[in-house]
Amino acid sequence: MANHLQHELDKNEWEINIIDEREEHHYQPGYLFLPFDIYEPEDIVKSIKEFIPKGVRLLTDKIEKIDAANNVVQMKNGDHLHYEILIIATGAKIAPEEVEGMKGAEWQKSVFDFYTFEGSLALRNKLREWEGGRLLVHITEMPIKCPVAPLEFAFLADSFFKHKHMRDKVEITYVTPLSGAFTKPKATEALDHLLQEKNINIESDFAIAEVDNENKKIIDYGGREIPFDLLVTVPTNKGDELMERSGLGDELNYVPTHKATLQSLKYKNIFVLGDASNIPASKAGSVAHFEAEILTENILLFIKGEPLKEEFDGHANCFIETGNGKALLIDFNYTHEPVEGTFPFPGIGPMRLLKESRMNHMGKLAFKWIYWNVLLKGTHIPFVSATMQEAGKNFA
Amino acid sequence: MEKIIAGKTIEVNEEGYLTNFPQWNKEIGEAISTEANISLTPRHWQVIDYIQGEFKKESPLSIRKIGKSGVVDIKEMYALFPNAPLKTATKIAGIPKPASCI
Repeated sequence: MANHLQHELDKNEWEINIIDEREEHHYQPGYLFLPFDIYEPEDIVKSIKEFIPKGVRLLTDKIEKIDAANNVVQMKNGDHLHYEILIIATGAKIAPEEVEGMKGAEWQKSVFDFYTFEGSLALRNKLREWEGGRLLVHITEMPIKCPVAPLEFAFLADSFFKHKHMRDKVEITYVTPLSGAFTKPKATEALDHLLQEKNINIESDFAIAEVDNENKKIIDYGGREIPFDLLVTVPTNKGDELMERSGLGDELNYVPTHKATLQSLKYKNIFVLGDASNIPASKAGSVAHFEAEILTENILLFIKGEPLKEEFDGHANCFIETGNGKALLIDFNYTHEPVEGTFPFPGIGPMRLLKESRMNHMGKLAFKWIYWNVLLKGTHIPFVSATMQEAGKNFA
Repeated sequence: MEKIIAGKTIEVNEEGYLTNFPQWNKEIGEAISTEANISLTPRHWQVIDYIQGEFKKESPLSIRKIGKSGVVDIKEMYALFPNAPLKTATKIAGIPKPASCI
């Protein structure tokens, strides 16, 4: 956003500041590959400073509170920063403490997450020496960041153990609060089939109540129990606590936001980008990227005092690693679920939607380069539009 | 599609959720709950009242939100509407299945 805006705004009138409490930027999709020794830590972590455009000021400090009624950000160090426009992009993070026993005695011993750098690294060390048993790949509750990541984890685990010649020693079960593998019917059909093919069991409609550390099992509200030797869980995801402190969040600390304009529902000069909002789109990096193009236009309209464009359609585009050097690709929005077809060129591809292929896998790996070199710089991805294209898709 | 519930012709989707909330009444709620093998007690009705109220305010529903509402906790919610409480409760209440899963 800073990149987009500093091209568009008059430098004599506007000053752009980025406030970030961390000094490093993480390529979060890389957390999926770290446990399987596909990526190294240095592929994932870079200094934020490298990515700050010229003319934009970076403030590395914590925020105490956003006083939205007075257009002021109160910093932890006591500074008060006044703003004309505020863009909130504080993301979502895991909250394992929301489930009884999840962060208990077995945390990072036999209970792991892979949604944090530390969790993913600890899991890598565990997998290097694990001798097999019952592996559960588990989702606590929706919504979560990158809803396909746990499925990819299950597929990559299957492939990982096959390569280590120990697949017969590992029983993989996918445990989900949903009724099937994914949130959208057609993709669920394709993914359920893949799970079956890879001999991964599925336990659906499981609403976890607690992790029993002593007996190593998870228990749901209906009393269902599933034992584990290794539990890889995606804990509850929540928005930043700053939203709670500032009275800006809902029950999960997400900021209520207009789903097509990305403006806060409560304050006209606050806009929300990415996972920090409550809009019913996927919490995925591609969504934030597509949003940024539309949000830039809307911020310029807001400055001119003109009506905002209700243009964001919930567009998401995700590669799904399916193991053994292959991947699926899905492309969808608020109204259209993922279907089969070709991408990005209708009828040509070269990538196939909702079908496993090596080309899609190459796309997924190339994405890391695109992320660091294109996306963070705010450059438009060639041939991929911010709103979803309907051509080349089989909606029948 | 249409279905006859409690002697009235009602608009529903393939999964049996009402698509036109104004057609709902308590008898229809009773009939849907019987199909789900639930006999409604005053506690059930308190929960149904609450979720219909949220629906009218266009406020999105989730199990977590109901658990924090002060009306009922999650454990009791599962006891009242076993297996998939939010799906079952919204069906009985005559409102769409919540799109809490993205």
